[in-house]
Amino acid sequence: MLLRHTTEKEIDRKALTINPVKTCQPIGAMYAALGVHRCLPHSHGSQGCCSYHRSMLTRHFKEPILSSTSSFSEGASVFGGSSNLISAIDTIFTVYDPDVIAVHTTCLSETIGDDMAQIISKAKEEEKIPKNKTVIYCNTPSYIGTHITGYSNQLSAFVNFFSISTPKKRNVVNLVAGWMEPSDMREIKRISRIMEARTILFPDMSDVLDTPLNGKFEMYPSGGATIQEITAIGDSKFTIGLGAYSTENACVKLENKCKVRFEIVEIPIGLKATDRFVISLSRHANVPIPDILTEERGRLVDLIADNSKYFYKKRVALFGDPDTLIPLIEFLLTLDMKPVYVVTGTAGNHFNRSMQELLSEKVSEAKYKSGECADMFQLHQWIKQKSVDLLIGNTYGKYIARDENIPFVRFGFPVTDRPGNNYFPHVGYVGASNLVIKILEKILDHKDRTCHESKVEFQM
Amino acid sequence: MFLQKRRRQIFVNGVDSFDLIGGIPSLAGSVSQRACSFCGARVVLYPITDALHVVHGPIGCAAYTWDIRGSMSSGSELYRNSFSTDLREKHIVFGGEERLYITLMELINQYSPSAVFVYSTCIVGVIGDDIQSVCSEVNKIKCIPVIPVMVEGFLGTKKDGYKIACDAIMNLIGTDATKKLSLYNINILGDFNLAGELWILAGYYKKIGIQVLSSVTGDGKVKDIQNAHRAALNVVQCSGSMMRLAKKMKEKYNIPFIKVSYFGVEDMSIALYDVANFFQDEKLVENARVLVKNELKNLLPSLEFYRRALFKTKAAIYVGGAFKAISLVKALKLIGVKVVIVGTQTGNVDDYKLLKSICDDGCIIVDDSNPVELSEFIKLTKANLFIGGVKERAIAYKLGLGFCDHNHERKLALAGYEGMANFAKEVYETVNSPVWQFVRQYKVL
Repeated sequence: MLLRHTTEKEIDRKALTINPVKTCQPIGAMYAALGVHRCLPHSHGSQGCCSYHRSMLTRHFKEPILSSTSSFSEGASVFGGSSNLISAIDTIFTVYDPDVIAVHTTCLSETIGDDMAQIISKAKEEEKIPKNKTVIYCNTPSYIGTHITGYSNQLSAFVNFFSISTPKKRNVVNLVAGWMEPSDMREIKRISRIMEARTILFPDMSDVLDTPLNGKFEMYPSGGATIQEITAIGDSKFTIGLGAYSTENACVKLENKCKVRFEIVEIPIGLKATDRFVISLSRHANVPIPDILTEERGRLVDLIADNSKYFYKKRVALFGDPDTLIPLIEFLLTLDMKPVYVVTGTAGNHFNRSMQELLSEKVSEAKYKSGECADMFQLHQWIKQKSVDLLIGNTYGKYIARDENIPFVRFGFPVTDRPGNNYFPHVGYVGASNLVIKILEKILDHKDRTCHESKVEFQM
Repeated sequence: MFLQKRRRQIFVNGVDSFDLIGGIPSLAGSVSQRACSFCGARVVLYPITDALHVVHGPIGCAAYTWDIRGSMSSGSELYRNSFSTDLREKHIVFGGEERLYITLMELINQYSPSAVFVYSTCIVGVIGDDIQSVCSEVNKIKCIPVIPVMVEGFLGTKKDGYKIACDAIMNLIGTDATKKLSLYNINILGDFNLAGELWILAGYYKKIGIQVLSSVTGDGKVKDIQNAHRAALNVVQCSGSMMRLAKKMKEKYNIPFIKVSYFGVEDMSIALYDVANFFQDEKLVENARVLVKNELKNLLPSLEFYRRALFKTKAAIYVGGAFKAISLVKALKLIGVKVVIVGTQTGNVDDYKLLKSICDDGCIIVDDSNPVELSEFIKLTKANLFIGGVKERAIAYKLGLGFCDHNHERKLALAGYEGMANFAKEVYETVNSPVWQFVRQYKVL
């Protein structure tokens, strides 16, 4: 038993976090910045931060993750990191030649009070920033919010630095992607394409973090939203933000700056959330919903109907990030499953309200928790009190799944021990079908392996 | 492509004649493969299995070091959990000492550990929490060792963290003397029991007649380490991380030490003979001789196959410590692989001198490299095998190279004779994988 120390009885904890369901802001900023073409994320702090984020992202995506660091020393932590950042900017443009450096701060640089705007303008004065190149920044102190906050802050920074409103408006709908997989972004683009909607997806990690193996190492792969696109979103007629936690700030910023109105919908995971996304895109891009999509939806419904008896009242425990948990839980309810335990380290009223709305009537015994001490230890204690039929979450769930012998669907960040996130989307009707199949395989494999011999059936 | 400022950190054997320098801070702005001192201490102490490891700082530092090392345990699994004070903005403003105190009390009540290590982080160093006094207070109340590890990330590289980890271990050593000792005993320093390597080594020593009194830190147990001062000899591997501890134990407890490597047939055998010889008992030496003879009799014929199959292979090595790099060069030679690039994150001038002496002419030797450099070197040398860690793996694969993990995430034991056989097999398997033909011929037509 890997987690043999977890007790059924809940202990009162005021300060202690055991096995977190979150990590810190900078990794989110780094991930978001990778979704912009020829942009190099830069970590303004100690070397470890940058190294950890790169390792974690590499473990998840199985792709090279490039990011530079200010390499703080003890001196820098006393006298400030200004000279480190200025010489870093010089080094980066000389050696790595990105179009944009997206600097994010760390708890260290925030606490010693480095003023990013001032340092960058000094670098400009000293002519360390070549013509047509840009250095932008966002503040991502690790002691506020979580990795999701960092992702959101980085998106806002892109809008803040680049998006411009000109008199020439364009018949384009902006799609601001919340924290999802490159395969999900590819699927969102496919849906937009078959709807013949003119869209700009930003950020876009497809063709950056799921590149083909062609024997070449590309520092800046072909994908990513371009700076021209991020500039042009200020002239679009509408913005759809996918996921409140990761995109709302950027949408608000764009509205304030360029008067582009917006709507926030959930990340389109599951049938209903995809319906809402497709309807929103149809309305704002002024395009009809094509038959191809209706048929994909129909196949999803067919799949659910064929297997509905295996979903009925199955108890599910979930952990992860709010923007994906909310639509995922809604989808489990669509499948007639019972999400009974939910934890996320990312705090916020929106999550609690959504859980209340989704669960209070349908799953009266549901327990959910967000923010401080909402960790895997808490989730495990609940499971020990009354077990579940399925666990859904990132790779850190494998310890609980093993100890408690629960079928386990890997979903979220990071998934470090199974491939597939780069191949099969979870969004859209196709993504929902993928999810249904994944869930069924786990539940039915478990049943076949553990049920009495007499109950093993050839057909289901 | 290569920075002028880094010219003394890149060396072509047989062509250049300067001293290759190491151990200097990374250039700001580089995409360095290095981590920080916090990381160094965390990975060294992490394998102490029955201790609590508590990270005092914002959540990230705890999250990223949660179960990241394939370091195995024969008992407790406590060390594989992630414990954090999860500092928030209010603690940065008003201080986090109280929160640390509450966390430690809650933790000890819950888990009754044998000892607690408390790691500071960058931010804690800046806001000035007095971790030491919190630890000593908890120590007084709970009567178990509560050891502060003052290892703010900005202090330096991983290597600086190793030193601080050694000092933390010194605080634990000598606090118990109840473990039963046999006639001949040693401490193993610097093996981390990745993929169960320590168990292979302990097996060899047992066959020779030598007790492993304590392992620092692979499959480490608090009580064993508390007794470590009673060993006759310290056997030090991975000199980068553990030399300081060996030297300190020599100073304080007068325990001699020898440096060994368990990687590759030659070094493994030397290690066993050196340890056996130390005790000046002919019986032990004879046992070692028999063991080596038997192991080689099994191993060498199987290596012959790989040597023939791999003679055209050119390898690039980029690893953390220089000692590891040196062993890898030797081991690769044994299986017929030519090393064309070798680099480390933490080597020093002397390490690089030694590397120069064992590498062929034309081999590129590099300190603190980065992905852009490494991929250029690979193009230049036409290497077809890369040996490194997680961040290098993805790059190697993108370039269409075979890859062998010689870092925390390796799944196969590479130490000892068994390890050598595993290593040869792994190299052969990856270099000859059928997948690479589709990289060479990327387009269908």
